[in-house]
Amino acid sequence: MSPPVAEPGALPPDNYLSEGRTLWSWLTTRDHKRIGVMFLMLTLGFFFLGGVFALALRIELLTPGRTIMGHLAYNRSFTLHGVIMVWLFMIPAIPSAFGNFLVPLMIGARDVAFPRLNLASVYLFLLGASVALWGMIQGGADTGWTFYTPYSTTTGTAVLPVLLGVFIIGFSTILTGLNFIATVHLLRAPGLTWMRLPLFVWAIYGTSIIQVLATPVLGMVLLLVALERVVGAGIFDPARGGDPILFQHLFWFYSHPAVYIMVLPSMGVISEAVCAFSRKNAFSYRMIVYSTMGIAFVGFFTWGHHMFTSGESTFGAGAFGVMSMLVAIFTAIKIFSWLGTLYRGSIALEAPLFYVLGFMFFLFSGGMIGVAYATTSLNLHWHDTYSVVAHFHFIMVGATLMAFLAGLHYWFPKMFGRTYPGALANAAAVLVVFGFIATFVPQFLLGNAGMPRRYADYPPRFQSLHVASTAGASLLAFGFLSIAGYLAWSLRHGALAGDNPWGSLGFEWQSQSPPPTRNFDVTPVHATGPHQYAPGEPRHAA
Amino acid sequence: MNELLRRLFFLPEQGSTFATRVDALHFAMLLTTLGVGTGLGLTGLVFLVRYRRRASAEPTPHLIAPVWLEAVFVSVPLALFLLWFALGFRQYVWVESPPPDAMDVYVTAKQWMWKFAYPGGPSAIDTLVVPAGRPVRLLITSRDVIHSFFVPDFRFKRDAVPGRYTEIWFEAPRPGRHQVLCAEYCGLDHSQMRGEVVVLSPADFEAWRASRREGVPVAGESMAERGEHVAASQGCLQCHSVTGVPHIGPTWWGLYGRVEPLVGGGKVLADEAYLTESMMDPLAKVVAGYPPVMPSYHGRLSAGDAGALVEFIKSLRPPRPGPPVAEEPVYVPTGR
Repeated sequence: MSPPVAEPGALPPDNYLSEGRTLWSWLTTRDHKRIGVMFLMLTLGFFFLGGVFALALRIELLTPGRTIMGHLAYNRSFTLHGVIMVWLFMIPAIPSAFGNFLVPLMIGARDVAFPRLNLASVYLFLLGASVALWGMIQGGADTGWTFYTPYSTTTGTAVLPVLLGVFIIGFSTILTGLNFIATVHLLRAPGLTWMRLPLFVWAIYGTSIIQVLATPVLGMVLLLVALERVVGAGIFDPARGGDPILFQHLFWFYSHPAVYIMVLPSMGVISEAVCAFSRKNAFSYRMIVYSTMGIAFVGFFTWGHHMFTSGESTFGAGAFGVMSMLVAIFTAIKIFSWLGTLYRGSIALEAPLFYVLGFMFFLFSGGMIGVAYATTSLNLHWHDTYSVVAHFHFIMVGATLMAFLAGLHYWFPKMFGRTYPGALANAAAVLVVFGFIATFVPQFLLGNAGMPRRYADYPPRFQSLHVASTAGASLLAFGFLSIAGYLAWSLRHGALAGDNPWGSLGFEWQSQSPPPTRNFDVTPVHATGPHQYAPGEPRHAA
Repeated sequence: MNELLRRLFFLPEQGSTFATRVDALHFAMLLTTLGVGTGLGLTGLVFLVRYRRRASAEPTPHLIAPVWLEAVFVSVPLALFLLWFALGFRQYVWVESPPPDAMDVYVTAKQWMWKFAYPGGPSAIDTLVVPAGRPVRLLITSRDVIHSFFVPDFRFKRDAVPGRYTEIWFEAPRPGRHQVLCAEYCGLDHSQMRGEVVVLSPADFEAWRASRREGVPVAGESMAERGEHVAASQGCLQCHSVTGVPHIGPTWWGLYGRVEPLVGGGKVLADEAYLTESMMDPLAKVVAGYPPVMPSYHGRLSAGDAGALVEFIKSLRPPRPGPPVAEEPVYVPTGR
């Protein structure tokens, strides 16, 4: 590849950002990179909005009784926090933003298989988000993001727009998933066999399968709730022969795999970053691939572990408990491979690596609590307490956020051609990791003490731990704001990065940074997998 | 050791035989996790220090994991997880299988209160009285949305699902008091849906039950004092304050004799007739500014209790003369 002649202090002239500078050129683009950037900006905006609700909740919980809002406002706030964070941030954040930007670059393609559908998924996402937010302006639902019947079918709040919004966003997810499956199957560069695919691509591929198979079930169940509300269909209403527990089965059949829609792409990001920042090939590439597909498969058979206290049959509880243990094993294998990759590497302590370490900590601790829940007997105490809140904020939110921030810092030079102030980024990374720990470790202890979730008010004995958690949350907010500050500054004023500032051998770095619209002048040909820093035959670690 | 770990992990008191059992597994798992986590953390730290980058393009070896090492890292955690599962699931089966001599109590949840009924009477609101050292089986259902009967001291919860009964059992070894919380989100006052399990010695329990069954006030108690006890046991004070502060319902302080504006216009004098009507048919005349959420106590308050409540409300300001109006509803427990 011949590097374009760049003026000093300017980005390469033929990059995808300079292709057209009007708003219209963005709104009508079919370039996967621009679509990825649009998703990135949208999800960041929603993350901010969801974060504002999170802080409001934490402030309300500073004191028992009323601090800043009443019960109804509190119930609406935690619902909006959940809905925004799950469907408008975590599910699209990594696959739709980084996946769109990177998958074609990593497999040596010029674009995704269906560029028009890809643009349609942006508009569907926007439409769904607008409908859901319109519901918010109408006062907002107070059902929690789980919409459990019969409460969700009887409450007087604006549940319907939120249901419809999430229903529409589901189609955006399905389109993105279909697109990636087709892209990975059809558009790989010559020599790029399945077992040479970057692990991020494998992760996105596994995620896409879940998205395509599980999201229709969510659409169906949300539609049933809407029917129940509008015409009184009676499917979940015991007074008409319906069954409220049926809703939970259908909802978790989607929403448990949805946890892996959030976590699998995160694991992909970590697999890439850990290789790049230790200059080593993946320690156990094969096991990461198998466990990714294993999670995508077994993840469909664990949904009943959300219902151990619902009167589920003893046999059912046992079966779902064992299956949940298996999912945990797949995660354990990955942690083993990441640690092994660090072994005898050349480890650069850059911001992405801090997030990698944070990710491993959250995944391990949150995951082990998950294993404890899967024993069934311990779940009877912890279910629906703050322990569960802390558990999923560790394993799902913590992991996704750490990977999102690792990816954002790792690929920022790829996407925008500039770097950010490194020392500042390292400090912010440490702040965010410790803020996260300070926020959610007290919540694990609250759960142990028996504090149920979704409580606007609580017995005074829980107050000290709540205060500790709120203090942690304010640290966290400060960390996020500083990241937003220096990244926004770096977009214009950051030092020029060059094509490959990290010296990474990930395939996406073979193109110019920021890449031109066509991605590659010459289609790359691959003789090995990514991140082969040492030439020659692999050796087994002693 | 047990006590030290319990306090270290912020676990509440062990109020049931099940609590003691699960806590042992809990401690074992938490300590293993902390141990393994420390090991992994130290390994990572050693790697970070030992293999930190010294030059920009250092050579690194091309290493892949040998199969035996992969096998170790799969099989050791798997064996451990399955062992934990086997131990935990045994406890789960145990708490799901009530002994045949268990005493039955029916639990009915509704927004936002708990009702406990003993076959053959009596029944109580928000306070479950049980004897120590005897297995108690709870048969739980809901009258509206899903709730969950959670006693942290007992280490379990069980959902109250409309249209079906769920069951669980416990045995409290010692007399004591344990808080009941609702653990499944159920709307506006989910966080106020609290109750209490009062564990009495078997003799005290029988005495309590006999006195409740006959419905006679404890000797020497005035009507207003009895009303105060009724208000506490029926959960009235969760929504009505006696201090003058409006809560979910109007305060009882100075209520008697006041003229209240109604939802939809009109006014009503809060006299004995209105107070009793509000207990039995609360949505008929709702005071303006309050949500129409009060459940009917028709069939749940005996005539004596209703009268005692009126007397108690009257006592919250200089008393006025006038006999309480009363009906004669009788509670019929659900047979099994």
